Amino acid sequence: MENQNKIKRYFEGIWTGIYTVLVGMAITWKHLWGHKVTMQYPDKFDPLKTGFIPEFSRNRLFVDIDKCIGCAICQKDCPIDCIEIETIRASKEDPEAVFPSGKRMSLWVSKFDIDFAKCMCCNLCTENCPEDCIYMIREFEFSVYDRMNLLCHFSKMTPEKIAEKQKIAEEEKAKKAAAPKQAPAAGQKPDNPKTE
Amino acid sequence: MESNFILELIGNNIWAYLVTALIPLIFVVVYALVAILGELKIASWVQDRLGPMRTGPWGIIQPVAEVVKLLQKEDITPRNANKPLFNTAPFIVFTGSFAAFAAIPYSSKFIPADINIGVFYIFAVSSFTVIAILMGGWASNNKYSVLGALRSASQMISYEIPTCLSIIAIAALANSLSVSHIINAQSGWFWNWNLFGGQGPLYKFLFIPFTLVLFLVYFVGSLAEANRNPFDIPEGESEIVGGYHTEYSAMKFAMFYFAEYANMYVVSSMITILFLGGWNSPFGNFLNSPIWQAVWFIGKAMFFVFVQLWIRWTLPRVRVDQLMHICWKVMLPAAFVSLIFISLLGVIN
Repeated sequence: MENQNKIKRYFEGIWTGIYTVLVGMAITWKHLWGHKVTMQYPDKFDPLKTGFIPEFSRNRLFVDIDKCIGCAICQKDCPIDCIEIETIRASKEDPEAVFPSGKRMSLWVSKFDIDFAKCMCCNLCTENCPEDCIYMIREFEFSVYDRMNLLCHFSKMTPEKIAEKQKIAEEEKAKKAAAPKQAPAAGQKPDNPKTE
Repeated sequence: MESNFILELIGNNIWAYLVTALIPLIFVVVYALVAILGELKIASWVQDRLGPMRTGPWGIIQPVAEVVKLLQKEDITPRNANKPLFNTAPFIVFTGSFAAFAAIPYSSKFIPADINIGVFYIFAVSSFTVIAILMGGWASNNKYSVLGALRSASQMISYEIPTCLSIIAIAALANSLSVSHIINAQSGWFWNWNLFGGQGPLYKFLFIPFTLVLFLVYFVGSLAEANRNPFDIPEGESEIVGGYHTEYSAMKFAMFYFAEYANMYVVSSMITILFLGGWNSPFGNFLNSPIWQAVWFIGKAMFFVFVQLWIRWTLPRVRVDQLMHICWKVMLPAAFVSLIFISLLGVIN
């Protein structure tokens, strides 16, 4: 009885061996002539035209500078510091310091640079933006011939305008300094020795 | 010499023999390029990829690019290697594989060497590669290489026994070891092939189960002898880096690669000779002229090369104990039983 079982198992083993190989070969045969999933990207695959791009994909950043209030939260959030923001205080009397939406502007964004050579598309900067003015767009092709072309300037201010607004800001600051102080200055703390 | 049309064309002189030797060499080179492309394409198609597409239309000149790449690479010999053995091993591997082509026929009008022990010669010469593999593996002075070479030697020597028994059984069925005689014994329609019991009256149906078993035994054994999946444990990349050719680079590596592909064709053409009627057309005298015979022969052999590639991308690698189990406990008894029955039936008739 014991031996019969052994013999039975031996032949069953051979049969399952041959049978499972044939099953496997049938599966690979189907795949051999089946649909291929490779997309030949630049030649025959244009996701921008066909719209084949996931809704929440992380592509290239874009800044709607007309809405940016220059809070620099995105700059602080960026883990690799690829965003660089410089701002100028806007004068309250300046008639130009108004957003297109009609809101008053408190800071001129004189520089808003994103270095896409460094950007790792983590999407953290877009999370905390109070105005939702920095976001990912559908463009994902970054290739350029010169590395400097990856440094994108989003600020629309010309150098002349920057100089003008800086002048106004300095004048206002000087005026404030000349005016009598209403409260003692609170910002003159000595450097903390522990940090050094 | 009616089996070699070149001797009839040029006459019995040295040039005729040089041309006779050159044709298989050109054939091997062209075949290897086709097989490399086939490997790349079948691998990627099975995995639902497209494979090489950039080199030429549909990537068909990719193998040429690969050969050019291998030619440009630096030829490295490890400092502690045994240099003479290390440098000769790849050439002996290829010599072993290529020497078998001397007796492999293409059509009834072109058998480079129509010797009366052709099948035996092919089998003996192609098992020559095990020496070179052992040589290269040992001379590399690398643990992975030695392991791979030892595995290769144990595997190839073990699997030679059942494959050899199946060849003996077919030789008993055809009463000959000559390639042309075995093939001529299977002429006519495809049911005269040795796979389906060979030529003969009705009692040949008794042979069919045994010839089918022998066919399986020979096919599985030939996979193991050509170091192909699922028996590629001598080169198991995930276990022992590259096995016996770990230390080889550039053209010497290409020789190993080349020899493996040449060996695939040798075993496939052996299957064609022994079981599938060689150059005979499957449909009697239909399309059976010498040129069509070459097409049939190469087509049948290439089909088995394709099956080898297909199996490679289907099955995982077997373990060493499974390998030995399949050889000694399954294939050897099956081959013995078939041999005994075929010889008995042959004697009774």
